[in-house]
Formats: sequence, C-alpha cells, structure tokens
Amino acid sequence: MSTNATYRSMSANEVAWAIASAALAVFSLFVASKATDPGYAFHAYVFALAGIAGVIALGKRAAANVPAVAAQEINGKPNYNMGPVKFATLASLFWGVAGFLVGLIIALQLAYPALNFDLPWINFGRLRPLHTSAVIFAFGGNVLLATSLYVVQRTSRARLAGDVSPWFVVLGYNLFIVIAGTGYLLGITQSKEYAEPEWYADLWLTIVWVAYLFVFLATLWKRKEPHIYVANWFYLAFILTIAVLHLGNNAAVPVSIFSPKSYIVWSGVQDAMFQWWYGHNAVGFFLTAGFLGIMYYFIPKRVDRPVYSYRLSIIHFWALIFLYIWAGPHHLHYTALPDWAQTLGMTFSVMLWMPSWGGMINGLMTLSGAWDKLRTDPVLRMMVVSVAFYGMSTFEGPMMSIKAVNSLSHYTDWTIGHVHSGALGWVGFVSFGAIYCLVPWLWNKKGLYSDRLVNWHFWIATLGIVVYISAMWVAGIMQGLMWRAYTALGFLEYSFIETVEAMHPFYVIRALGGAMFVVGSLIMAYNIVMTIRSGEAAEPLDAAKPALVPAE
Amino acid sequence: MAGHNTEERDALTGRTTTGHEWDGIKELNTPLPRWWLNIFYATIIWSIGYFIAYPAWPTISGYTQGVLGYSSRAEVQVELDALKTKRSAQAADLAKVELAAIKADPKLLSLALAQGRAAFGDNCAPCHGLGGAGSKGYPNLNDDEWLWGGSLEEIHTTLKHGIRSSNDSDTRVSAMPAFGRDGLLKKEEIRQVANHVRVLAGQASEAGYDKAVGGKLFADNCAACHGDAGKGNKELGAPNLTDAITLYGNTVEDLVETIANSRAGMMPAWAHRLDPVTVKALTIYVHNLGGGK
Repeated sequence: MSTNATYRSMSANEVAWAIASAALAVFSLFVASKATDPGYAFHAYVFALAGIAGVIALGKRAAANVPAVAAQEINGKPNYNMGPVKFATLASLFWGVAGFLVGLIIALQLAYPALNFDLPWINFGRLRPLHTSAVIFAFGGNVLLATSLYVVQRTSRARLAGDVSPWFVVLGYNLFIVIAGTGYLLGITQSKEYAEPEWYADLWLTIVWVAYLFVFLATLWKRKEPHIYVANWFYLAFILTIAVLHLGNNAAVPVSIFSPKSYIVWSGVQDAMFQWWYGHNAVGFFLTAGFLGIMYYFIPKRVDRPVYSYRLSIIHFWALIFLYIWAGPHHLHYTALPDWAQTLGMTFSVMLWMPSWGGMINGLMTLSGAWDKLRTDPVLRMMVVSVAFYGMSTFEGPMMSIKAVNSLSHYTDWTIGHVHSGALGWVGFVSFGAIYCLVPWLWNKKGLYSDRLVNWHFWIATLGIVVYISAMWVAGIMQGLMWRAYTALGFLEYSFIETVEAMHPFYVIRALGGAMFVVGSLIMAYNIVMTIRSGEAAEPLDAAKPALVPAE
Repeated sequence: MAGHNTEERDALTGRTTTGHEWDGIKELNTPLPRWWLNIFYATIIWSIGYFIAYPAWPTISGYTQGVLGYSSRAEVQVELDALKTKRSAQAADLAKVELAAIKADPKLLSLALAQGRAAFGDNCAPCHGLGGAGSKGYPNLNDDEWLWGGSLEEIHTTLKHGIRSSNDSDTRVSAMPAFGRDGLLKKEEIRQVANHVRVLAGQASEAGYDKAVGGKLFADNCAACHGDAGKGNKELGAPNLTDAITLYGNTVEDLVETIANSRAGMMPAWAHRLDPVTVKALTIYVHNLGGGK
C-alpha cells in the first residue's frame, strides 16, 4: 500500500446505515429523556450507545479503506466473509458459559432457597428466564448464527450477501440479548415463557431477524451450486418459522413509547394456545430444525463420509416441518383448552416421532464404514452422542404428550429432565462439536490446542448430563405419584410441602450434574482460547522462511 | 441422480450417490428404512383411529365429537363422583353433626382427622409447620397454650374468621399498641417493661432493672389486657406472659421489639377459602394435635 493513501469516502450503502444508526441514537436519547422507568431509560441509553457505536464503526471502516464492496472471489476462489461468523462463535462461547453458570445458581437456589439472599435482582424468578434465554437464545442463537452463516457460504460457494448487513445481524442480535438479559434482572418482563422480553426488545429482534432472513436468502440466491444443500433447508425453515412465531406470540400494545410495559392482544385460553404454539415450536424450529442443520453439515464433514440417505433427508424434513407446528397444545392437556385441540396436539406429537428419528438415522448412519473414528476423535464422539440424546428425547417427547402419561408427568420435574436431555445432550453437545470443528477452520489452525481436553470435556459433561436427567426422572415421577396418591378414605395422602421436602436430595444431585456440565464448558472455553492464541497455523504464511516453522 | 452415465458408487456401502457435492459432502441414494416407514405409517393410522374415537377436528360451528362421546369435563365429574362415594356417606354427617359429637364418634373422628390432615398440610403447614409445631411468629398448635382459646368452638371461630384478617368483619382483633413507635413509652421505659415481663416468666433480668419502676410501668400500660399478674386474657387475645412460651421470642431484645413496635401477626379467614366441612375437619384435627381443651 502506498504511504500517501487517501481515505475512501463512504459508499451510499454505508451512508444509509450510518443515518439509520444516528437516527436510532437520537430517537433513543429522546425516549430516555422521558422514560417512565429507570430500567427502561437504561435500555434507551444502551440503544443510543449502540447507534453511536454503529456510526463510528462505519466511519472507521471507510477510514481504514476496507473495500466498500468486497470482492466476491479472489483468484477464482470464493472470498468468504468469516468475520461475523468468528464473532458469533466467540459470543456463543461466552454466553454458553454464562448461561450454564446461571443455571447452576438457580439449581442451587431450588435446593437451598437461602441462596436467593432476599435480593430482587438475583431471585429465582428473575434468574430463571435469564438462564433459559441465555442458553437458548444467547448460546444457541449465536451457535446457529455462526454455523448457518458459515455453512451457507461453504455449501453455496458464495460470499455472504451484503457487506454491512451480516455484521448488523450478529451485532444486532447480541444487542437484543443484552437488552433482554439486563431487562430480566431489572424486572422488565412480559411474563411469557421463553418470550419474556418486552415490546421494544421484540421490535428490535424483528428488524434483526428480517435482516438475517434476507442475508441468508440472498446468499442462497447467488450460490454457485446447482442445488441447495439439506443443511440450508433446515436453517431456512428455522429462520422463517421463528419469524412467524415471534410475531404471533408477541403481538402486544405498548402502554406508551416511554414505558416498557405492554399488553398482549390475545387473552385467556387463546393467549395460552398462542404461547405454547410459540413455545413448542421454539423447541421444534429453534432447537431442533436449526441444530439439525448443524448436524447435516458438521457430521458428514467431520467423518468424511456421504450423508446416509438423501431420500430420508427430504421425507423427514417435510414431515418434521409439517407436523411440528401442530404439537403445541400438548403443553395444555387437561386445561381450559378445548378437547379437540388437545387431541390434535397429542396425535401430531406422536406422528412426529419417526420424522424426528429420520434425522437421528441420517446422523448416525452417516458413520457407517467409519465407526472406528469414534475411538480417536473426541469431537466426533461428542456429536454422535448428541444425536443419540436427540433420539432419546424425541422418543420421550411424543410419549410424554400422550394424555395418560402427561397426567403424571405434567408440572413435575420430569419435564425439566426431558428438556435437559434435549438441551444439554442434543443442543449442547452438537454445538460443542460444531465449535470444536469451526474454531480451527476459522482461525486457520492445524487442529485444536488439546484433544485430551476435549476428551475430558466429553466425559465430565456426559456424566453430568446422566446425573442431571436421572435425578430429574426419579424426582419428577416421584413428585407426580405423590401428588395423585389418595388415602383409603379418599383424601390426598401428601401435602404439597411434603412433596417439596421429598425433592430436596434430587435437587442437590441435579445441581451436582449441572456443576459437572459447567466444568466441562470451562474446559472447552480454555481449550478454544488457547487454540486461537497459540494453536499451530494450518499453512505457514510464508513457505520461503522455513526457520519460522516450529521445530518438532 | 442414479442413472446418469457418470454414476458414482460409494465403495464402502455399494450405494450410488446423488451426484451432487457441496463443500466435499455427498449424499447416498439409500432408500427409506422399512422399519422407519412402517412405524411412521402406524403412528398415522393410530392417530386417524384416535380422531374417529375422540373430539378432534374443528368445524365451522363446533368440532367433531368422536364416537366415544368423550369429554374431559364429563371425565372429571365421574372422578369427583367416585371420590365422593369413596369418602362414604359419613362425609355428609360431618356437615350436620356438632363438633363435640364428631369427637365422640370414632368413625366420624377418623374421617375428620383424615380430611383435616390433608387440608392442614396444604393450608396451614406453610406457617405452622407440618406437625403444627410452629416457629417464631407462628404459634405452636401442639401445646395447651392458646391465644384465643383451645376449645372446639374457639378453634372453629379462629379458623373461620382468622386473626386480623382484612376480609372478614368477624375476625379476631387485638391491637397491642406500638409503645415505642407511637411515643407512648420512652426507650428506657420499654427496657424496664421488657425486663419486668422476663421476671414475670421467671427469667433473669439485666442490670439496671428496677422492680418498682418496671412494675409501675407494667401496671399502667399492660395490665389492662394482660392482667395484673400477667396471666393474659383469651377474650382479648392477650397472651399469658408468665409462662416460658413466647410467640416472638423472650430475649430482652425480642421483647423490646415487641413492645416498641407491636407485632400484630395475621391469619387468613378460612371460611372464605375452604368449604364448611373442611374447616370443621381442620378444627377437629387441630384440637386433636395435643392441646385441645
């Protein structure tokens, strides 16, 4: 580069983004000045800061002469845009460890309520949504952003669409996470499970999500492959459906733009139905379809074997997409929800069993001919065990949706056990596997800092999951049986408080299992940081200087 | 796809591939596993059977009822009726028979105790403890010391109307003044009274306690309700101060706090929350815990 380089002027696209950022900052400052609630004012200032940071970042981009429109190809190879992918990967690592830790804290609070310390900010009621949102949306969401933006580029042989947009998606999404999480601690919530953030956070997420959809679609549009790879079908189904669910369940009327409070437009049993249509499909499309996308890329890539069955992938994809959307009412068995809706929720959940297992079969059978790799590759082992957990929880789910089973399991800790076999086993492990694969690829390293540490992570976390879910199975079934036990004279045998007392040892065991999972994630975080900081480069940057290659 | 002349076969499985490749990933033309497809069909057939048998599909003005005529409301009614039968005809007697007569009839008594125990666990145990042993601020129901009386009728009244309950005009009310907060006594005087109360209960007093001063203050301020000798008055809900039982603790500090700010604990009026038979059963149960008079 010449020494008298001049700064390039901002492109029209960048100017538009800068104006939008500045407008956001000005509008937020105006809202902050009239906010009715200090927590809401704080959030307005956060938005204002984000707007100002956006303007500065766009200016610096031009000042640093980053090309306004990046080359689509360099030397005939796609010029992949991996910056946003790297950011989302690291964000997922950070939020993952934080979310698991909060989970451990609330598990301990359940076993030892004194740990609430009578402080509103850290009581169970506020930390619980912080935990669920941190692990599902912050950790899981960033894993999905990172992997989907990586996979869509690699399998389309095309650079991500847009130059500023992909950065807006990952940074905007993480801004949503910060707003949602700090809101819970400050007591700002609309009290809908897994959809707790208030109207303004929801609006922001809508903007970010639509941008995500456009980036993803536009990248697919300019792909160099004749067909769209199966992983991308799943990612697209996830992105599209989450947008619809989010809009439906969060339809709310704010009290004022200066207040965080809003009222949901649905009421009564319609609201309950909307909530669980949303809630169950957050599981179905966020935690299942999206993560199946991860599985469909990272497992065949890692074992270096073809996907077991193309036909199965088509059939189970469409069956899964069609059936999942009906399953929500099984969360409302034996409630005011009409019987016919309960029937549909149950039967569609049962029909969903095999479509779910189609993913498991395709994941596991892709290893045929390469099972020996499980012995030597702990990352692959992690992903395969995740598929096994997926198979287990997608059998357990339909079973629990059957009304007779549900009458025992509902409202008990069996549900918590079920959720965590899916969340820790499936979502957690397949994400860890993907992160372990991605980091050396993204940072151009030969491999991970330590495979032994991956092994330790695998075993400690697997044991932790088993301890966790068996404690919750025993606790939940015991709880359900105690609730329904009648004496010979026809009176309830146990009071609620006796059932709570009986749960205590299992709550302690569960916290122990959770602690093991947290330890595993800390080992991973260390391993990843060390890989990035000191891992051996995959290709020496300058082959003419062999002296720089480490002697071994 | 299979059939191209560039057909590619996977050496390990012998299957053809679809001929596409994405970032090095290929796909095999493996057919759907039979067992998988058969179970999928079976769940669909089972669901169709379920649709025929049970309420299932919404229509314009209602829903398909199902040939079994099932409704979850009807099912609950059947279960509630079965429970009623199980609780036997004696349950109806509980409503009619006087409390004392229930106590005298072994069959009715065991029924009332069973029902009372179940109701106690879910309604009373959160404050009084599962065994009724109470804790600081929540009276022990096992002993024979009663603030508002321990006869069947007195316990029944307390249960029905509660203590300082805001939604029951017949609730039991006693209002001990907050002698400190309301400026009725000085700090030093409160300490003298607190020590005097300890002495009444046979406890040691601190240095600085003057029997004459404490006694005078007690007579002027406390005796009206608690009696000259501090024996209390159940009519007014004024506790006996001469025994070792204290609801809010009997250290000097505890007593100073009680006298200075008053305590005024409350108990809900259960007649508004539970049916009359359950309240009766609870009365028998609490009376039977050990201290009933």
